[in-house]
Amino acid sequence: MKNLVILGAGTAGTMMANHLHHTLKSPEWQIHIIDEREEHHYQPGYLFLPFDIYTPEDIIKRIEDFIPKEVQLTRHRIDRIIADENRIELTGGTSIPYDVLIIATGAKIAPEETEGMKGSEWQQSVFDFYTFEGALALRNKLRDWPGGKLVVHITEMPIKCPVAPLEFSFLADSFFKHKHMRDKVDITYVTPLSGAFTKPKATEALEHLLHEKQINIESDFAIERVDNDKKEIVDYGGKKISFDILVTVPTNKGDEVIERSGMGDDLNYVPTNKATLQSLAHGNIFVLGDASNIPASKAGSVAHFEAEILTENILHYIHGEPLKAEFDGHANCFIETGNGKALLIDFNYTHEPVEGSFPFPGIGPLRLLKESRMNHMGKLAFRWIYWNMLLKGTHIPFVSATMSEKGKQF
Amino acid sequence: MERIIEGKTIAVNEEGYLTDFNQWDQKIAEVLAAEAGVALTPKHWEVLKYLQDEQKNQVALSIRRIGKSGIVDIKEFYQLFPTAPLKTATKIAGIPKPASCI
Repeated sequence: MKNLVILGAGTAGTMMANHLHHTLKSPEWQIHIIDEREEHHYQPGYLFLPFDIYTPEDIIKRIEDFIPKEVQLTRHRIDRIIADENRIELTGGTSIPYDVLIIATGAKIAPEETEGMKGSEWQQSVFDFYTFEGALALRNKLRDWPGGKLVVHITEMPIKCPVAPLEFSFLADSFFKHKHMRDKVDITYVTPLSGAFTKPKATEALEHLLHEKQINIESDFAIERVDNDKKEIVDYGGKKISFDILVTVPTNKGDEVIERSGMGDDLNYVPTNKATLQSLAHGNIFVLGDASNIPASKAGSVAHFEAEILTENILHYIHGEPLKAEFDGHANCFIETGNGKALLIDFNYTHEPVEGSFPFPGIGPLRLLKESRMNHMGKLAFRWIYWNMLLKGTHIPFVSATMSEKGKQF
Repeated sequence: MERIIEGKTIAVNEEGYLTDFNQWDQKIAEVLAAEAGVALTPKHWEVLKYLQDEQKNQVALSIRRIGKSGIVDIKEFYQLFPTAPLKTATKIAGIPKPASCI
């Protein structure tokens, strides 16, 4: 019997288990998935937790409920990947050999990369919302905060879901308006980029929204340290921004297991072929989701499109055929803009987000790069789609893994 | 787009970055540096050379990488090319503006 091992039972790993178990069956194949955690978190929900829009119950389920019965789920800490010997070593010394390995160990925040970030003000006035604990601590802080300077900040790129800090700013504007205290809150959006987003047309639309909502923007800010005493962030050029609450997105890094295995770049991401998703160093290792270094967004939507492509490529690999399927960097994201509205963007490696209609050219019903209630309904509906379709590997109707150029105004 | 520097016609994009590195030379770098308010010292040239080599090897440039280059730390990089050092330095070096990761 041959072994296909998946490391990580998050969004990407769970989808792969669900895609592959239909084809790779006993007695020829056994699929293993390894993850030390018990809970599966709907990470996009962390955005809504601080504003009391979602409750913890909305975003947490058990990992095992999403893993097919025939797949062997091992709840154990992974010590390292020994790629030259085609095996995984768990802590405690158990060894699991593999014929094909899928790395889906994700990315997480590393606040310790920035001096003073995890200092005395951590979770007092300095918060993250990329972890459950961070989002919850921030919720508790915001519930009775009297107002002041709210600074929303990105440390460095790449980060998971690059639009999330913008959404956080928009939702904060809306949250304080509803509490009739918007005039007591000064919101500043601080980014190391030269503008609100990485792509010109979307940047224009998003900066317009920031302006409309009276959110200040500070661009080209590369943070050097957090000053806990003065409650300031300081950049390498000497620029200082003071805060009463700092909501920061710390440096994101791949999992330490990648570092321990000597397989990552300087941020622990695994060098990966951006079209085939095969590891550059090892033919029988494939990487998807946030764990890879491909120049696509780190987001569940990208992992979803990658999973469809990777399923084909793994079957090609197993049959000794050339890897045919090519990932184009497709991402599709709803951007909450507050007050019950959202934007939708759809883009890939070569095409930036533009205006148009989605998924049916000329019809919609969703509008690209324009605020609408329908897009907001789409975002909320997405949580149901995530738990009930996406994780289970069910194809989402009318949405293809590679981006469609129809109905778009390039 | 085209512009003339020191009597030489060079191709640039709308942000003023050279689109053909073969047209780059030290004179052009000096003019671009002066426009950015930077007076080039031997240390500047060392950084520019490093950026050009990394670009040639198709390494994605980032502030973090430059901090680990062994040539300058991030603080010095900011002192050499104030405000947005990576953007300024790549422009003077005649290489494309680094595409920030999405």
